[in-house]
Amino acid sequence: MKLTQISVFLENRKGRLYEVCSLLGKTGINIRALTIAETESFGVLRIVVDKSDLAIKTLKANNFVANLTDVVAIEVGDKPGGLAEILKVFADSDINVEYMYGFVEKFSDNALLVFRFEDTDKAAKILADKGVKVVTRREIEGL
Amino acid sequence: MQPQDMKKLQSDYLKKLIPYIYNNCPVYKKKIDDAGVKPDQIKSIDDIKRLPFTTKIDMRDNYPYGLFSAKDKDVVEIHISSGTTGNPTLVGYTRYDVSLWSDVMARTICCAGGEPGDTIQIAYGYGLFTGGLGFHYGALEMGMKIIPTSSGQTARQLKIMQDFKPRVIACTPSYVLYMAEEAKAMGIDPAKGNWKIGIFGAEPWSESMRKEIEQVWNMAATDVYGLSEIIGPGVAQECTHKDGLHIYSDVFYPEIIDPKTDQEVKEGESGELVITTLTKQAIPLIRYRTRDIVSIRYDKCKCGRTSPRISKIKGRTDDMIIVRGINVFPSQIEHVLLGIKGTQPHYQIIVDRKAHQLDEVEVLVEVEEKIFSDEVKKLNELSAKIKKEIEAALSIGVKVTLVEPKTIQRSEGKAKRIIDKRTI
Repeated sequence: MKLTQISVFLENRKGRLYEVCSLLGKTGINIRALTIAETESFGVLRIVVDKSDLAIKTLKANNFVANLTDVVAIEVGDKPGGLAEILKVFADSDINVEYMYGFVEKFSDNALLVFRFEDTDKAAKILADKGVKVVTRREIEGL
Repeated sequence: MQPQDMKKLQSDYLKKLIPYIYNNCPVYKKKIDDAGVKPDQIKSIDDIKRLPFTTKIDMRDNYPYGLFSAKDKDVVEIHISSGTTGNPTLVGYTRYDVSLWSDVMARTICCAGGEPGDTIQIAYGYGLFTGGLGFHYGALEMGMKIIPTSSGQTARQLKIMQDFKPRVIACTPSYVLYMAEEAKAMGIDPAKGNWKIGIFGAEPWSESMRKEIEQVWNMAATDVYGLSEIIGPGVAQECTHKDGLHIYSDVFYPEIIDPKTDQEVKEGESGELVITTLTKQAIPLIRYRTRDIVSIRYDKCKCGRTSPRISKIKGRTDDMIIVRGINVFPSQIEHVLLGIKGTQPHYQIIVDRKAHQLDEVEVLVEVEEKIFSDEVKKLNELSAKIKKEIEAALSIGVKVTLVEPKTIQRSEGKAKRIIDKRTI
C-alpha cells in the first residue's frame, strides 16, 4: 500500500519553513511525518499529512512549488536491530532506497518509517510477499 | 597637430575610406545606398553625419564575414568575442591593421609613461580576447622586454614581478587589487613591488579604485579604453596627468551622440561614443555605436597632446555588463535557459565584487513545477547542467542558485535581469 508524500521546494530564506507549516496549520492539515533535505542554496521539504489532496491544493494556490511522490510507510520493531531487519529484506531483494525518515507519532509499540524507493511498485510487491506490515492511507489519516 | 591639420587628415582618410568600403563590402554598399548617400558626396569629415550608423546587431547579422571589406586572403588574424545571442562577434585584421594596432598600442603604453627598454608584464588574457595580444604588439613596437604571463596563476605573476622587476603591468584593475591581497598573504609587501606604471582596462573602474591601487602598489594607475570591434585595446589612453583618455582621433574618429535622438551633443555633455575607423582595412566600421556613455573635450592637455580626451565610461545604453573583462548580455543567459528542457527563462543575474576580490556572478533561476523533483540529486543535476551551459556561453565561471517561482523581482511586469552590487 502506497502513501502520498508531498515535496515542497524551499528557498534558503528566513521564515520559509514557517510559512509552509503555518499555511497547513491554518487549513487544518496535520503533519504526520517530515524531513528536510538541504543543500547550500535550497531545501526540499518532504511531508506526509492526513489530508494530502487538500494540502497540495492549498500549497499550489499559495505559489509553492510542490509535487506528489509515492512512498511506503513501514512499521519497524522499536528495538536494536529493528531497522536492520527490514533493510536486509530490501538488500536481499535488490531494492534501492532513495531516502527514508521517521514519523512523528506511532500507533503501536513499533516505530514508523517512510521509505522512498527507486521503484515503488516493485518494493510494495516484495514487501507484501514477505509479509512486512505496511501502513495504509486510512491508518495515516486516523493517526 | 593643429586642429585644422587634423581635420584635413581625417577628411582625406574618410574620402578614401568610403569608396573603399562601398566597392568591397556589399552589406555596407546597401547601407550607404539605403541612406541615400553617394560615396563622392563625402568630401570632408563633417560629411560623416550623412552616413548610417553601424551596430552590434549588424555585426551579429552579418556574421562571420559580411562586414569585411578586405579579401579573405589578406586577413592575417581574427579574434572572436561573445555576442549578444547566438553568433559571436568576429573581428579581423590585415597585415596593415596589425601594424596599426601595434602603433596605437605603442602610443598607449607611451602615453601611460612606458619607455623603450622597460620591461612589461602582460597579464591580460592571450588568445581570442584582444587584451593580451594587443599589448604584446604595442610593446614589441615600443622595443620593450615583454613577459607574456597572460591572466591567472597569481603566485607565479608575483614571483615574476619580483625576479624580473617589470616597470609596467597591464591587466584588469580588479585583478591587480586581487594580486595585492595574494601578495600580502604570501608575505610580499605590495608597496615595495616593482610595478611602477599600471595600464588597466577591459572593465569599469572608479577613481576610488585608482586611489586604492596606487596606494597599495605604490604605482601610477592609468585607464585604457578599447573594444574589439574597433581594434581591441588601444582606442584611448590616459596620460600621466590622468585627466581624461586621449583618443587617437586621427585613426578612430569619435562622435558623441544622444542615443535617443542620434544628434551630436555639446562638448562636455554625456552621450554615446560613436567611432569610425578611418584607416582600417579588414573590417572598417562606419559610425559604430559603442553603447558606452562618455563625454569628450577638445582642449589641449597639460601633457601637450592636442588629441581630444574622453571621460571614463559613465554607463551603457544597453544592458551589457562587463565581468572580469568579459562582456555579458542577459540575453545570452536567456538563450541558454530556453535551450534546457523544462526551464523557463526566468532568471536574474547578480554581480558582486567583495573587497579586493574578482567579480562574482550568481544566476538565480526560478524552479518550475515541471522540473521540480523530491530528489535533491535531480535538482543538483539540473543546476549543474544550467551552470555548465551558461559557463560555456559566457566563458566565465558562475554560481547557479535555484529559487522559488515568481520570487525574482519584477518591475512594471518586466523582470529586473541584473543586480549589479559592485561598488565601482
